[in-house]
Amino acid sequence: MDKNEYLNLYHQMVVIRRMEEKAAELYQQGKIGGFLHLYIGQEAVSTGLVAARKPQDRIITAYRDHGVAVNVGIETRAIIAELLGKATGISKGKGGSMHMADVSKNFWGGHAIVGAHLPIAAGLALGDQYLKEDNVTICMFGDGATNIGFFHEALNLSMVWKLPVLWVCENNQYGMGTAVERASAVSEIRKKAEGYGMPNDEVDGMDVIKVKEKTAKMLAQIRAGNGPMLLEAHTYRFRGHSMGDPERYRKPDEVSCWEENDPIGIYRAYLTGKKLATVEELDQQDKLAEAEVLEAVEFAENSPEPAPEELFTNIYVEE
Amino acid sequence: MARITMREAISQALWEEMERDPRVFILGEEVGVWGGTYAVTKGFYDHFGPERVRDTPIAEAAIVGAAIGAALVGTRPVAELMTINFAFAAMDHIVNEAAKLHYMFGGQMVLPLVIRTVGGGGRQLGATHSQTPDAVFAHFPGLKVVAPGTPADAKGLLKAAIRSQDPVMFIEHATLYQTRGEVPEGDYVVPIGKSTIQRTGKDITIITYSKMLEVSMKAADQLAGEGIEAEVVDLRTLRPLDMEPVLESFKKTNRAVIVEEGWKSYGVGAEISARIYEDAFDYVDAPIKRVAQLEVPLPYNRALEQMALPKVEQVVAAVKEVLNG
Ligand SMILES: Cc1ncc(C[n+]2csc(CCOP(=O)(O)OP(=O)(O)O)c2C)c(N)n1
Ligand SMILES: [Mg+2]
Repeated sequence: MDKNEYLNLYHQMVVIRRMEEKAAELYQQGKIGGFLHLYIGQEAVSTGLVAARKPQDRIITAYRDHGVAVNVGIETRAIIAELLGKATGISKGKGGSMHMADVSKNFWGGHAIVGAHLPIAAGLALGDQYLKEDNVTICMFGDGATNIGFFHEALNLSMVWKLPVLWVCENNQYGMGTAVERASAVSEIRKKAEGYGMPNDEVDGMDVIKVKEKTAKMLAQIRAGNGPMLLEAHTYRFRGHSMGDPERYRKPDEVSCWEENDPIGIYRAYLTGKKLATVEELDQQDKLAEAEVLEAVEFAENSPEPAPEELFTNIYVEE
Repeated sequence: MARITMREAISQALWEEMERDPRVFILGEEVGVWGGTYAVTKGFYDHFGPERVRDTPIAEAAIVGAAIGAALVGTRPVAELMTINFAFAAMDHIVNEAAKLHYMFGGQMVLPLVIRTVGGGGRQLGATHSQTPDAVFAHFPGLKVVAPGTPADAKGLLKAAIRSQDPVMFIEHATLYQTRGEVPEGDYVVPIGKSTIQRTGKDITIITYSKMLEVSMKAADQLAGEGIEAEVVDLRTLRPLDMEPVLESFKKTNRAVIVEEGWKSYGVGAEISARIYEDAFDYVDAPIKRVAQLEVPLPYNRALEQMALPKVEQVVAAVKEVLNG
C-alpha cells in the first residue's frame, strides 16, 4: 500500500464515524424516520473487507449498511439523502437506512430480514460460478444471524457446491439485547463453519489492517477455487442496537472498556507509530471528513422529495 | 373500568393469564431482558423468571415450531414474533403444521397455542417491515386469526386466545399501542369469532378492523357532521369470520364500504363484499366500495408512504360515492 491508500482507509473510517454521529442528530431532530442502526465502533470491519476486494468482488450485508456504503464509494451525500428519504438518495428515498445498495459498485444491499441475504449471497456466487467469472462474494452478517436457518442452509449449500463466498460474521457480541452466549450454542461463531467442513478463521475486527490482510488472503484462496470460507471478526457496537434502545442488557463499563479499543484510535496509533502519517496529516483528514459530511447534510437537506409518481415506479421492470 | 392503553391492556391479559395458569409461558425474541421490543412484556422477566419468559435466538421457525411441540404435550405457549414480517420465516410451521395437525391426525393432536405478532405500516420502516398481510394468514382453515382494534377487545380476545384449544394468530397493530380506551378489570374475556357494532347508524355500513377501526370511526364522526349516519362494524376476528352483524347491518343500510390497511387484491374487503353479494344480494342498493392500501410495497419516504395508506378522507369520499351513486 502506498501512503495515499493508508490515508484513504483512515479517511473512510472517519467519514463513517462523522456521518453516523450526524445521522443520530438528524434522527433526534425528526429528520430521519424508521429504524436507524449505526455502525459506530465497527468501522474497521467493512473498511478492511472492502479494501481487500477487487472491484469485481461482490459485497452484500444486513441492515447495518451505512459503513459498506461509504467504503464501496457511494457519495456521502447520496447516503445521507437516502436517510432523509430524498429523491437524490441512493435508493431514491424509497429504501431508507436499512435498504441501501449500489449495484454499479457491486454492493448488493442492505437487507433487513435477519439472515435472509445469506442464501442470496450463495446465489450471487452460484451465478458467478455458472458464468465462469472469477468473482468472489463477500457476505457480512451479525452474530445473531447465525442462529436462523437461512445461515445454515446457505453455508451448507455453498460448501456442497464449492461456491466462491467469503462469509463474514461481524460478532459485535449482541443481537439486539441478547448476548451471543445466551442465543448461540457455541460462542465461537466460526466453529459453526466446522459443521459443514468449511475452513474458517478469526480476526480482530477493531484493527483495519488485520482485517484487510486476512481478507486478502482468504479471497485469494477462494478465488483459486477452494470453495467458501468463514471469517469471524470480533467487534463491538458503541451505540445501541438502533436509536431508542434502552440498553438494559449491558453495563456502561463494558461499553467504555470496548471504547478504549476504538478502531479509529487503533489505526491512528498504527499509522503514526509506523511513521506512515503524521498527527497533522491525520488531523487534516479529520477536517476533510467533517467538511464532507457537513456538505453532504446540506446537499441532502436541500434535495427534493421524491415525486409522487415514484410511488408507482420499479414495482415491475418496465419493458 | 380503567382507561388504559392498548399496550397496557395486552400486557394485563398476558400477566393475568400467566398468574392464572402455570402452563402459560412466553417465548420470543427480546421478550425477557429487553422487556419486549414494543414494551408489552416489560417487567415480566423479573416477575415470572427466565423459564416462563424465554428469550429465544433469532429463529422464527424454531420459535413457532417449538411452541407447537410444547403445546402438543400440555403447555400453553404464547410465542411472540417481533413483527408479522418475520412470520414469513416461520410460514411452514404456521401454515403446514399449526393449521393442520389437529385435522390431519383425526383430532388426536391439540395445540393450544398463541402467536402474538405486530403488523401495520406508517412508521417509515420500508417495504420489508411495514406489511399488513393479515388476509394471508386468514386464508388457512385450522388457524384462528384475531386482530383487535380497541384496548378492551385486545385484552378480552387475548385471554380467549390463550384459553382457546386451537392455534391463534393474534395480530396487534404497531401504531395502536398508545391508543387509550376503557378496559374492564380482572377476568374479562371476549369470545373469538364475533364481529361487533362499534357505532350505530342507518345510512351506510362501514366494515373494518384493527387500525382501520380508528380511521373509520373518525370518518363516521366527520360524516355525522354532514348528516350521514354510518354504522361501523368491527370484525375483530378474521377467521372464523362472523358475518351476522355485517349482514344484519347491511340489510338495514343497503350500502357498504369496507376499509382495510392491507392491499386490496385478494384481501379482507374482497372477502366481505363477495359474501354480502352472495348472502344479501336482494338488499344491495349500490355497488360496495373498498378502501385499502395502494398496490405498492411501502416506501421509506414519509410522504410517499402516507400516500399509499388508507386515510379518513378516502373513507369519507368512498361513503359519499356509494350514497350518491
Ligand atoms: C427474521 C428476522 N427476525 C427478527 C428481526 C428483528 N431484528 C432486527 S436486527 C436483530 C438483531 C440482529 O443481530 P445481529 O445479527 O447480531 O446483528 P447486529 O444488529 O448486531 O449487527 C433482530 C432480532 C429481523 N429483522 N428479521
Ligand atoms: Mg450482533
